[in-house]
Amino acid sequence: MTPLTLHELFGNFDSFTNFTLGGLVFGAIYALIALGYTMVYGVLQLINFAHSEVFMYGTFAVAWVFILLHGTDQVSWSLGHALPILLVALIGAMAMSAGVALLLERVAYRPLINKNAPKLIALISAIGASFALSEAMGLRDKLTQKIGLADNLKDYVSKPGVAIQNMGQARDIYSNPVTIVPKHLFNIFGYRVTDVDLMIVVSAVLMMVALDQVVRRTRFGRGIRAVAQDPEAAALMGVNSTRVVQGTFLIGGMMAGAAATLYMTKIGSTQLNAGFLLGVKAFTAAVMGGIGNLRGALLGGLILGVAESWGSAVFGDTWRDVVAFVLLVLILLVRPSGILGEALGKARA
Amino acid sequence: MIAERFSALPKPAKVLLVLVLVLFIYALPLLRPPLITTDQIDFGGVMFTVAIFALIALGLNIVIGYAGLLDLGYVGFYATGAYSIGVLTSQHGSWPFFLTLPVAVAVTMVAGVILGAPTLRVRGDYLAIVTLGFGEIIRITAKNVDWLGAAAGIKDIPHPNNIGPAPELPFDKGGFFAIPRVEWNGLIPSLDHEHATHVLIFGATDAIPYYWVILTALILVIFGDRLIKASRIGRAWEATREDEDAAELMGVPTFKYKLMAFALGAAIGGLAGAFYASGQGGYINPDSFPLLYSMLFVAAVIVGGSGNRWGAIVGGVLVAYLPERFRDFADYRFLVFGLALMILAIWRPEGLLPPRRTKRAKAAAAEIEALEEGEIEPEEVQHA
Amino acid sequence: MPESRAVLEVDDVTIRFGGLTALDSVSFEIREGEILGLIGPNGAGKTTCFNVMTGVYQATSGQVRFDGRPLTKLKRHKITQLGIARTFQNIRLFKSMTVLENVMVGTDANSKVGFFDALFRLPRHRRTEAESLARAKEILEVVGIKARYDELASNLSYGDQRRLEIARAMATGPKLLCLDEPAAGFNPAEKQKLMELIRKVRDEGYTVLLIEHDMRLVMGVTDRIVVLEFGKKIAEGSPAEIRDNPAVIAAYLGVDEEDAS
Repeated sequence: MTPLTLHELFGNFDSFTNFTLGGLVFGAIYALIALGYTMVYGVLQLINFAHSEVFMYGTFAVAWVFILLHGTDQVSWSLGHALPILLVALIGAMAMSAGVALLLERVAYRPLINKNAPKLIALISAIGASFALSEAMGLRDKLTQKIGLADNLKDYVSKPGVAIQNMGQARDIYSNPVTIVPKHLFNIFGYRVTDVDLMIVVSAVLMMVALDQVVRRTRFGRGIRAVAQDPEAAALMGVNSTRVVQGTFLIGGMMAGAAATLYMTKIGSTQLNAGFLLGVKAFTAAVMGGIGNLRGALLGGLILGVAESWGSAVFGDTWRDVVAFVLLVLILLVRPSGILGEALGKARA
Repeated sequence: MIAERFSALPKPAKVLLVLVLVLFIYALPLLRPPLITTDQIDFGGVMFTVAIFALIALGLNIVIGYAGLLDLGYVGFYATGAYSIGVLTSQHGSWPFFLTLPVAVAVTMVAGVILGAPTLRVRGDYLAIVTLGFGEIIRITAKNVDWLGAAAGIKDIPHPNNIGPAPELPFDKGGFFAIPRVEWNGLIPSLDHEHATHVLIFGATDAIPYYWVILTALILVIFGDRLIKASRIGRAWEATREDEDAAELMGVPTFKYKLMAFALGAAIGGLAGAFYASGQGGYINPDSFPLLYSMLFVAAVIVGGSGNRWGAIVGGVLVAYLPERFRDFADYRFLVFGLALMILAIWRPEGLLPPRRTKRAKAAAAEIEALEEGEIEPEEVQHA
Repeated sequence: MPESRAVLEVDDVTIRFGGLTALDSVSFEIREGEILGLIGPNGAGKTTCFNVMTGVYQATSGQVRFDGRPLTKLKRHKITQLGIARTFQNIRLFKSMTVLENVMVGTDANSKVGFFDALFRLPRHRRTEAESLARAKEILEVVGIKARYDELASNLSYGDQRRLEIARAMATGPKLLCLDEPAAGFNPAEKQKLMELIRKVRDEGYTVLLIEHDMRLVMGVTDRIVVLEFGKKIAEGSPAEIRDNPAVIAAYLGVDEEDAS
């Protein structure tokens, strides 16, 4: 893609909407992942560094569900045709990501929270967990062979159509056998809106609105807010803080699973390090919007997605990430607690 | 405790003991002690990497351990140092290494100030993500700017200048003298004159001279670190880390000291990068500086014991050495490394070698807890 | 009584937070060598007043002058270096540093030692360090915790932590020492000791501003008292005058028996 000049981007209405709406699609995915960071930060004040792996496991789960229900034949389907399996895959990915998130909480965080250890050390534990999780995925061929299940699981371990003997391929790009072909629905100001894009943005926003309502209105949501504001007082008032922490990891994981499903619908393939940069971006989005603030995550995600898209249009695609980080710095300099401020504890979650 | 027994020794004995230890560390790649030595990969090269990581951890300890600033983009400074060397000695110039070294350090320090000045006003946790971003920006810039060699990187970075007569191959390998290395057959040592290290010839075959140079740099930095830490600067860092507002109201210009820690840490990272670039391979590219390294560096400091320079060094050594030593696990080594990091964090949250303060504070906390539970009478404590 | 020079002048200072007026045209001065008490019921604006003097807040209007020099827009550490030091109502020591180090952070406020002085142990570093050490020990002697100089600050008893706060503030070499409720949480015996310490500090040559809740302590130790209520100054004068001032009795003593005791 050749870089556009600013004039071309903003002067030409078509390309402007093109990049804006295109950015929204990625922004929606960032926002869903950002939720996991923002909720854990809101409740525990620590950066859940391994959340990127939670997402990555979700993307694999999507491909596995397709292999399970469809097989390994390479086909191209429309969204409508893929939808039934996609819904199962959504459940599968949510379950997988939530499971990984809960495991993470139990193994990497809870022992440290119980010891009241410094926040930094929890970050190290999370970095370790992140390493281990992504390596375990990269070693799935060897690990399954060790326990003697390689033949039964070969479709899930190796790339479709490649023999298991070819070691090390678990680290390669892993594709969903079903390629979902987007269908052009209508135009908004010249931007060709496809069914896939529409589904991504609409479902992400719907999920976030639903979650926002849960945190604002349910008993569980009150527990989250209470622990976020004052863990000790919340404990004295009978809030089970371990339950609340588990709950935040569970919800964060489910949202990451949902993001993984949307990501696989759009991109179609994944890799063991697929989560890393996306995770960093999502965390950036969370900080931009105001960490601990659910609406901030949505806003931050969408702004980041759009800004990146504009930035890559103007400076070229290679500078996409630079634009994201420079924007973050600028926003933090002007608004040190993010655009909407930090507020999981406050009533407007 | 070893530390207590050591400090009980008379001063000459202490000096002697330290000298012997230092000599041993210098000679380590020649002695090649069994168990420690990595059999599948050149031990001298491993020790070079280990020393670089130790230096980096020492520098990052100033930023994280002393000043309390979480820097997740430290690899950016490592890269800046390396690229300064690459640009000046190979890509756009042909300066000699030892002249370029101070320039590289200065460039990195300036980079630290430029990055620190806007970002250090940002609050603690956010600093982490902002620095992470900057680390990535530096890598992406190196990857996309042709002047810096773009994705192909910079080749043919000259080795440091030889000290001693230059080699006249094939027979005279040069240097003042040659030291044979020790070969172990089980537990029986013998001298191996085939693989002798020539003092000081920086060639492509022998990593040990590089190790010696960086070890010397490491020792000098340790001295500097001690002097600075035990001065008003060290106190200002600690006060800022403990309570920034209170420090400011006690007359500490906290921003200035945070920036100083950041720039100093950057300079040490740049120093390490400079050595790395002119190391054996003489080749760097953007992928030599992945973001993941920043995580490793932070892990090194914190696993070792944030705030204690010896802890940080031990952490750096472990993080660099363990994956090389356990190449037998080949594919599993990063999995094992990740698990080990997690287990270490949970098992020793204050690090392997915590600063003495942390230990004393913990002891005090335990005492208070015991008092609250009425296990010890207050009188007893006062006599203790 | 001879009028001595004003060290600090609060001149018609008003502070508003949003719609709330925390200080309303407050004026008073602190004279060299005196102990001035600043009292008032809870929420009267004492701490706000204090924060505007030490540069934590900026005045909405009016001016605070120190030695005739306006403090507006000065950085907080600069204000300390000029000669105003403070303690904190809720103790804020550097907990993982030793008692001596805490005090030396204070003495460092006037140190001119730079990076290279320290790195190469230049004469300036050695001289300053030796002076700081001597001064710090002297101050610890004055406040009476010298024996515990090598303890971690967090290991001190509550009373000693308050003493250390005073020592640390004294160490910055202030002309004016501001104590923010130093007796909070003390029993009567400890308060008695604290009164003696405050007098001793004044005798060392410091001017003292004391914010306090406890009337007996204030009456016993101060030379002059300024009374705030709802952000306004309602009285100023000697302890005896304040005791008999009907406005003060109505606003403060009469209302809150507990605090008056």
